[in-house]
This record gives sequence, C-alpha cells and structure tokens, in this order.
Amino acid sequence: MTVVPARTAWSAVVRAGELLTITDLHGNQAVDFLVYDADDTAVRYSAADTVHAQGNIFLTTGSVLMSNEHTPLMTVTEDTCGRHDTLGGACSKESNTLRYGHHTWSQHGCVDNFLAEGARYGLGKRDLVSNINWYMNVPVEKDGTLGIVDGISAPGLRVTLRADTDVLVLVSNCPQINNPCNGFEPTAVDMTIGAAPRSAA
Amino acid sequence: MATATTYGARDHARAQQGAHAEAMPVVPATDWPAPPCEAGHLVWAETVAGGNYTHRVLARGTELRLTDVKGDACAHVLLYADGRPWERLNTADTVKVQWNAYLRAGALLLSDQGRVLATVIADTGGRHDALCGTSTLVRNTDRYGDGTPQSASPAGRELLKLAALKNGLEPRDLPPSISFFQGVEVRDDGVLDFTGSAGPAASVTLRAEQDLIVLIANVPHPLDPRPDYTSTPLEVLAWRAAPTRPGDWLWDASPEGRRAYLNTAEFLTARGQS
Repeated sequence: MTVVPARTAWSAVVRAGELLTITDLHGNQAVDFLVYDADDTAVRYSAADTVHAQGNIFLTTGSVLMSNEHTPLMTVTEDTCGRHDTLGGACSKESNTLRYGHHTWSQHGCVDNFLAEGARYGLGKRDLVSNINWYMNVPVEKDGTLGIVDGISAPGLRVTLRADTDVLVLVSNCPQINNPCNGFEPTAVDMTIGAAPRSAA
Repeated sequence: MATATTYGARDHARAQQGAHAEAMPVVPATDWPAPPCEAGHLVWAETVAGGNYTHRVLARGTELRLTDVKGDACAHVLLYADGRPWERLNTADTVKVQWNAYLRAGALLLSDQGRVLATVIADTGGRHDALCGTSTLVRNTDRYGDGTPQSASPAGRELLKLAALKNGLEPRDLPPSISFFQGVEVRDDGVLDFTGSAGPAASVTLRAEQDLIVLIANVPHPLDPRPDYTSTPLEVLAWRAAPTRPGDWLWDASPEGRRAYLNTAEFLTARGQS
C-alpha cells in the first residue's frame, strides 16, 4: 500500500494483468489520472475514445479506458463508488485564473503535478491530455450546463483497474480548494498494485 | 496527347490548367464566386472532399466559416498557437471553464494556458461535439473495413496526423479534437445520443483570437450509426477581420470569458502584438 498525501503526485508502471486499486481514504477526494502505453507513450489515454466507445461520459465497473489509437489500456474491474468523471480534465494555475480569478495563481494545480511527475519519464507538456477524475462528480444538464458538484464518494470507497497492457500511470491527488471536487479540503488516497484489499471498505 | 517525350509529357500536364473538381482550393481565394465578406478580404477558399483533410495558418482576427454543403460533413478541428504549438486546444478546459458541454455561438475555444484560441461567433447548425473526438484506424477498420488515408474510409486521427506532420508536429501533439455539424446530447445517466446533422447549408464561424495553426479532417463522426461511410463536402472560407475587443458583446458575455480575453490580450501585448 502507498499512501499518496493530499496535493501530491504519484506514478508507477503497472504490468499487463496486474490490478491497481485506488482507495479514497477520507472520502470525496478527486484523483486526477493519466495512463500511457509503457512501451510507447505516444499511445495514451483518450477521454474522447473512451467516451464514444462506451457511449457514456461516466466511468464505472466494466468501463474500458481506451487509448488515442482506440486500443484498451485498462479496464475497471470493481467500483464501489459508481461515478467518475471523463470531461473536466485537470485543474491548473492557468485555468484557475479563468474559473475563479487571478488571486488563485499561487495555488497548487494538477497540471503542475502531472508535468513534474511525467518529466521523470521523459514526458512533456505535449503529452498531457484530458484525464480521468476518479470520484469527481460532473453531471451534464439538458441544456448542456456542466459543473463539478458535491462528490458521492465516502471513506474507504475504491476503484480497481486491470492493466490490459503494460502501462505507465500518472496521478495527481487533486489540490483544488475552490470547488467541491474534494469538499474544498484535499485528503490522502491509497494506491495499491496487486489484489484489491479485502478490508478497504 | 503523346507523352513518350519530355516535351509531350510537359504539354499533357500543362493542359490540365483550368480543370475543376467538386472539392478543391480556389487560389487566389479572392476568385471565390460569392464571398461572404468585403471583396478582396478572402484569404482561404476551399471545398474539402468527404474523407479528406486540410490545414492552414491564420492570423489573429481572421474569421473562418465552415459550411456543411450537403448535410453530411463533419469537421474535426484542432487549433494550436502558431509558433508555440505547446499551447493548443483543451476540450476539458473549454467545457469546464464555460460550464457547458456543448459548442454554441458565443463559445470560446480555450487553450490549456488560460487563453482563447478562437471564438464561435456564429452558428446556424447547433449540432456540434466537444466530447467524442474523432475516428481512428482501429475503429474505422472494424466498422468500414479500412481506416487508412488511402482507403475509401479514412479515419480522422490518421488525417489529422498528416496535417500535423505537415506543420512540424507529431502524433503526440494531437489532443482530443472538436467536431462541427454532427452532434451528441448527454442524458442524465451519462448516455450519449447521436443527433446527426442539422442538414445541408448549416454553417459555423470561428474568429481567430491568436495566430493559429488550424487542422481539419472531414470524416464521419465516430458515433454515426450508419453502416456506410457517409461523408460529403465541407466548404472552408476565411477572411481578414479583427479579433474580439473590449466593447464587443462577447467580451463581457461571461466572467470566465472576459478573463480569458484579458489573459490573451495581455499575453500578446507583452509579446509586442495586439
């Protein structure tokens, strides 16, 4: 088990067939997540391919995370929360200036975590694309209105992913404090590679 | 015409001058027969065939009108800041910052740097998509038997790769794209409904708010349920105009948008542009 503290980044290579379990230790934390083919990082998670392949914007058990070449990267094998976001992407210092105002410029953002963690593997800014937000709740109204609202997660809820090929996973444990993606208070999550922990809930 | 000699082959090739095709660029663009702007302002006039692509660099302020001529075009579009392609279209920021999943008149196409790349200034179609991206070699091969650019059913991603490569970019520079003229709607439970197009003659007009690299693939939407690859010509016209300025209704249409225009103007001013 690896506890990822609030606001920090984490990464790992998960081999084909291995399971990765993300546990929301304290509830209502957003876990920003990118995944790449470990052998060819030009092949990476595509929110668009994932959404159109399953015909649904939400992720849950059975959802397949598709690459930009429309190949499977990981599959959700267990989900005790039931709703995860594909649309909202990562927070950043830059987008925060639009969303809340320029006073947020000195706050932490997920894009900085992704850049710093990705650089350890030779990835750069061009390699960042729209990501998954585990546990984040982003409904879309009839008129298209979309927004991050209160989460439906709780302490101990977890999602387990099976790697369908060798993959590199980058995580930013979201530091956002201006919206309810994490109840305005970032908290720690757990990342475990291997069998899902039996007593997590 | 004899082509057994260099002279004959040259004459044969030159005899094609003046030929017309259904889909082709008109050069100079000012020769386009019915310009939608002041005569002489056109800078790009082209009809893109179904299953084909195009690309261009446009100056800040240029307006770009895409028209679905026959009702089965779908324009898959990517935008980059010219000369700084690491600043590029970010569909997540575009929908999140503006609190809306759909692309409509007044929507800003945002980069990942808190700035505007282009504004949707007019739209007669109303059926567009910022969620589903484009088609791939794997998906088109599965659905239509082939997805290579040389085939009768090219995939959007394969065509956008070619357009990117011609601008010094690589496949890893392709983020999720947006598409015009074939839409989707989201149900409460997240299910996507494909709405198809609004029919022939729908148009959408974008205004470049920075100098832009524009990549366009005209291919079926990935959720188009029809078994046959259905893609008809896309008309592309662009003309010189001015970027959005303070006082324009768009500038203050939303607090998020106003800050995006301000960030863009300030960034360009610091570079010595305006």
